[in-house]
Amino acid sequence: MILPGNASCHGCPITIAMKTLDEIENPVVLMPASCSTVIAGIHPNSALKLTVVHVPFPSTPSVAAGMSRGYRKLGIKANVIAWMGDGAADISFTALKAIAERNEDVMVVIVDNEAFMNTGNQSSSSTPKYAKTTTDPAGKRENRRSVSLSLINYGYVATASVGYVKDLRRKMRKAGEKDGFRLLHVHCPCPPGWKFEAGLTVEIARLAVQSLFWILWEKDNKLRISEISKKAYENRIPAEKYIKLQGRFKGIKREEIEELEKFAVEEFERLLKLEEIL
Amino acid sequence: MLDPLISHPKVGSAGKTGEWRVFKPIVDHELCVLCLECSEYCPENVIEVRDDKIWIDYDYCKGCLICKNVCKMKAIKAEREFY
Amino acid sequence: MQERLQDESYKSGKRVLLNGNQAVAEAVKIAEPDVIAAYPITPQTPVVEKLAEFVAEGVLNSEFVNVESEYSALSVVYGAALTGARVFTATSSHGLAYMYEMCWWVAGSRVPLVMALPTRSIGAPWNIHSDHSDVMILKDVGWIISMAENAQECFDLTLIGFPISEELNIPYSVSYDAFMVSHTAEVVEVRDVELPKRKQAYKILPNSEFALNAVTVNDARHKARKTLMKDLENSRRKIEKIGRCFLGEDFSLAEKYRVEDADYVIVTYGGWSGDFKDVVDEMRDEGVKIGLLKLRFLRPLPEEELKEISGDVLVVDRSALYKFGGMGGEIKRIIPEAKNVIAALGGYEIGYSEIKALVRRFVSGKIGEVEWYP
Repeated sequence: MILPGNASCHGCPITIAMKTLDEIENPVVLMPASCSTVIAGIHPNSALKLTVVHVPFPSTPSVAAGMSRGYRKLGIKANVIAWMGDGAADISFTALKAIAERNEDVMVVIVDNEAFMNTGNQSSSSTPKYAKTTTDPAGKRENRRSVSLSLINYGYVATASVGYVKDLRRKMRKAGEKDGFRLLHVHCPCPPGWKFEAGLTVEIARLAVQSLFWILWEKDNKLRISEISKKAYENRIPAEKYIKLQGRFKGIKREEIEELEKFAVEEFERLLKLEEIL
Repeated sequence: MLDPLISHPKVGSAGKTGEWRVFKPIVDHELCVLCLECSEYCPENVIEVRDDKIWIDYDYCKGCLICKNVCKMKAIKAEREFY
Repeated sequence: MQERLQDESYKSGKRVLLNGNQAVAEAVKIAEPDVIAAYPITPQTPVVEKLAEFVAEGVLNSEFVNVESEYSALSVVYGAALTGARVFTATSSHGLAYMYEMCWWVAGSRVPLVMALPTRSIGAPWNIHSDHSDVMILKDVGWIISMAENAQECFDLTLIGFPISEELNIPYSVSYDAFMVSHTAEVVEVRDVELPKRKQAYKILPNSEFALNAVTVNDARHKARKTLMKDLENSRRKIEKIGRCFLGEDFSLAEKYRVEDADYVIVTYGGWSGDFKDVVDEMRDEGVKIGLLKLRFLRPLPEEELKEISGDVLVVDRSALYKFGGMGGEIKRIIPEAKNVIAALGGYEIGYSEIKALVRRFVSGKIGEVEWYP
């Protein structure tokens, strides 16, 4: 449980997500270098009333797998959670894919704020096209690709958002009750990184879902797009409403917004087709 | 050997973060229906129910105003604070 | 050999023909780690293949994790070690370089674990043969580093690695030369011993409710590193005590070979120490007062033995750091007049006659402060 008086920024989405860890029994939380590392407290203080293990950036999935193997061998009940940002998912991807492949008893939570925020907003593979970061000052040139979608063939995989905490809690609880590889990919709009008012975190997160820029889905035995997103597809709000609130898209052209909108809708429709076969 | 490696849970690990606040959320208990949306979405985990009322721990509330924005009853307003 | 195999003095264990890698695997079997993780790399591969066989045959009850990289091998055993599990991994060369970040992390975390490191050159260019470039990058990380001369020492130094690491809460590596030791079969006494149960300074459990290795400011990191390095410097008595308990009273951090009245002493470590001992014997027969000090541990450095040496000293290294060989530079801190030779990198074949010629040049005072051979 995240304790008040921690080092998170105003309106931090990650601490909203951290609160939902109380859905998990016997958690042991691993944290690679990330915003979460700083939020979790500077020695000798910990901001989490949980067992936390801080680990090097790319090692998180593998240390988690080692801990889960150790607990299994020693007969200790534990739920090992690899809690990482989108940056750690990038740098540890080989290991992440490997623990999925081996179906290690690990729950991965990716809190995705769409850039390396801990070091001051540098582009990650999750940063959307045209968003400005300190390493893409003119705006990113490539579309983002979903890490959860690329791991959809392994275990329980779901997306969630800090804009829909009930849905997030349900998926967190469900993932926590399962064995083997689990992945929860949580959308985390970041006020200082995306440049919007701190009080709007939840609103922006909801606009992302309503405009199809973030899709809520769940792949258990079968892939299902969550009801919230299905409704959003039927009553989709214009991309502009989501984009214009964020300073990182400042100066974006009309046709660029249209391109992003098209990309978002296409991604949703691809997922609809995938739902028929997966 | 282990002291530099181990950290223990503490409320206020980053100090009295209430001092970061510029806007203070104030709950109008007449309008509040205790739906707890504000508590659910509070990033600082400082909102709870005490004596059947929403209670905000101003020692640590950073004043982000997410609570104000998620309140369906518009029961939370912001007041500017000066230090 | 049959006669020696039946020698009564080896009653305590069984004597079998094993190469260095197999000897390591036999010792690991006795330690019975809870979790083993490794990634194949020449010349380490047979160690993990052997252990995988033991697990498949049911003679070793370990979780065996086939990881996708050396980085993950050390990460997995680190994670398992935190839970209280006894663990083992093995690598070489580029594999060690790839897991380097985690080498620092496990040492800083004061987690006991054992890693076998058959020593191999590091590219470029590609080379799979022996030199000590890899173990030299581990030397100053904060690990205990042992160096086996032959298959028997591979077995012995692996076996005692578990209780030593667990007593000191410092990771432990056992190194041995690629092919010359790793793939060369010798008669090994597989000791019939039982190791004590694993112990460690702390464990990470769901109800621990503390954070390990959070961000530090002020003096915490300084204190952590200082404590580790001081504990490593002061570890020799505990290592000797454990070594003597399992391997016999004459166990020590360095082997003194005919050094008592020596005018000349060669300092070596690793597989070719045997060749140098043969040269010492031959030259002693010729009346040259020469001896050899073999370093069985590089960390902690056997400083007491080095300080006891009298006469001219030649340190023979199989790795090159800036200006000196891997150990030559730092042994000069203890013995300022010591000469240093950097020899035979990347498995360059150096035979008995060349070694003898090299030692003769040393004895006749013709070796300068540092020399490359060839």
